[in-house]
Amino acid sequence: MLRLFKRNGLGVQDFPGFGGFSFLFYLYLYAPIVVLVVFSFNANQSATVWTGFSLDWYRAAFANQALRQAAGNSLLIAVCASMIATAIATLAALGTSRGAKFKGLQLSMGAIMLPLVLPEIVVGVATLALFSTLGLSLGYGNLIIAHTVFCIPFAYLPIRARLNDMDLSLEQASADLYAGPWRTFRKVTLPLLMPGIFSGLMLAFIVSLDNFVISMMVSQAGTTTLPIFIFGLLRMGVTPDVNAVSTLILGVSVLFVSLSWLLGKKNT
Amino acid sequence: MHALPIANTLERRRAFQSFLGVSPALIAIGLFLIVPILIVIAYSLMEANPYGGVNKVFSSDAYTSLLFERQLDDSLAFADSYLLIALRSIGIAGLTTLITLLIGFPVAVWLAMQPAHRRGLLIFLITVPFWANLLIRTYAWILLLRNTGVINNSLIGLGIIDQPLQLLYTDGAVLLGLVYTYAPFVVLPIYATLEKMDIRLLEAAQDLYAGRVRTLRKVVLPIARPGILAGAILTFVPCLGAMIAPELLGGGTRMMLGNLIFRQFSDARNWPFGAALSLVLMAAVMLVLTVYALRAERQRIAKGGA
Repeated sequence: MLRLFKRNGLGVQDFPGFGGFSFLFYLYLYAPIVVLVVFSFNANQSATVWTGFSLDWYRAAFANQALRQAAGNSLLIAVCASMIATAIATLAALGTSRGAKFKGLQLSMGAIMLPLVLPEIVVGVATLALFSTLGLSLGYGNLIIAHTVFCIPFAYLPIRARLNDMDLSLEQASADLYAGPWRTFRKVTLPLLMPGIFSGLMLAFIVSLDNFVISMMVSQAGTTTLPIFIFGLLRMGVTPDVNAVSTLILGVSVLFVSLSWLLGKKNT
Repeated sequence: MHALPIANTLERRRAFQSFLGVSPALIAIGLFLIVPILIVIAYSLMEANPYGGVNKVFSSDAYTSLLFERQLDDSLAFADSYLLIALRSIGIAGLTTLITLLIGFPVAVWLAMQPAHRRGLLIFLITVPFWANLLIRTYAWILLLRNTGVINNSLIGLGIIDQPLQLLYTDGAVLLGLVYTYAPFVVLPIYATLEKMDIRLLEAAQDLYAGRVRTLRKVVLPIARPGILAGAILTFVPCLGAMIAPELLGGGTRMMLGNLIFRQFSDARNWPFGAALSLVLMAAVMLVLTVYALRAERQRIAKGGA
């Protein structure tokens, strides 16, 4: 790690001090996370005084019925919302980047970005207002709808990026060889697009799993998600089992992001 | 150019297919985001139901209570408490933006100067925390900042202080948390503008006896400007509506617009007021984004058009 920050001789592109400053920046980014992970293995009752290594808090976390329920809810919602959002986003990306231009194309792209542009709390308030007006109370359904909407831009962006990077000539070649548009799509475009769809799906999944503000506004009794559950614990005070749960969630996110990154690297 | 009639029909069909592809996304966002915003507008003009929700009776109370307080004799008196929260939000968001830019610029410059094969990993390391749960990342700061937290314990252990410093539940803590959250949002766009910078520009500057500071100011900074602006927007806009950092690190007493809105739907049960506040926040965000978009458009025309 340290080698990455070392200067080897002062060239034109070396600005003295910037390397050390960047090192401190990385430290700042990771210090709280490291502290959290370390204290999740603490044997002590107190969350911030180190006494010895133990896995007790993980055991406690796994044994916690309400916690398991919340984790299950989060997983269910994230799987459904990310898959629906990715399907919608794939169609939308094909429409905006492959087909012919149509009236309102710019406006449509703007609308797709809207959930990303608006403050989360506003999206949450709006969704709550809709469900309350309609009297819609589908339990998980409400949360899946809300999550699908804000997952769409996250799934759309990598898919569109992949489409824009893709070489049109392969699709043209396929058409030249008398493959119909549907066959070209299935045999050429879709396989090439797969990495983009996959990273879109993963990003949507993580974003859904992590969402707190919108879930908090929309969720009802019985559909507590993991972030809402953690927020409840935090309100009652800092306890070591929160560290263990948090570390587990961080682990899942880091795993997914790393996987998405490695796949992307392999494909370019 | 005159297109052949048959090509024209084909083109129209393809355009229709594209529109068909986009339509599920438009329906989803229209139905579940744009229509709801219209409902929020309606809610902001109704009477509050003390048990949550609204009574369907017209009332402009939500907007008057933004700036006025109803006295016992039913007269209105100017009240600045919500105005102060709005100004605080703008102030904290602005300060966060400034600090993230000061931190982000050198890091982005350093990243852009690294050999290409190292950059991928370094950039990835900056994005990882962004994907980690925001609630948990903010909570991690509580472990560091609280009275019996890592920082206070270490300082007491080293004998530098003998009473814990009040670090948590201060404006500084909120600021720290927000800077922590949004610094990657500044580094990445600045890096993106510098990534393809020609190193020979730096050589030229230094051949002409410009010092490093001058090179940074006269060569690197102008190239990075679009990235700096984008980073500033990406930080300022979400900070304005931030809810988690003020709630957890500010202890709920240091209100910002985000958690003030949240409270109207949880403890305070004043939906119309919450709706009105949401619209104010949305208007502010849209204003900032429109100014930004117009500026970008003007620059595009100035560059390409004339």
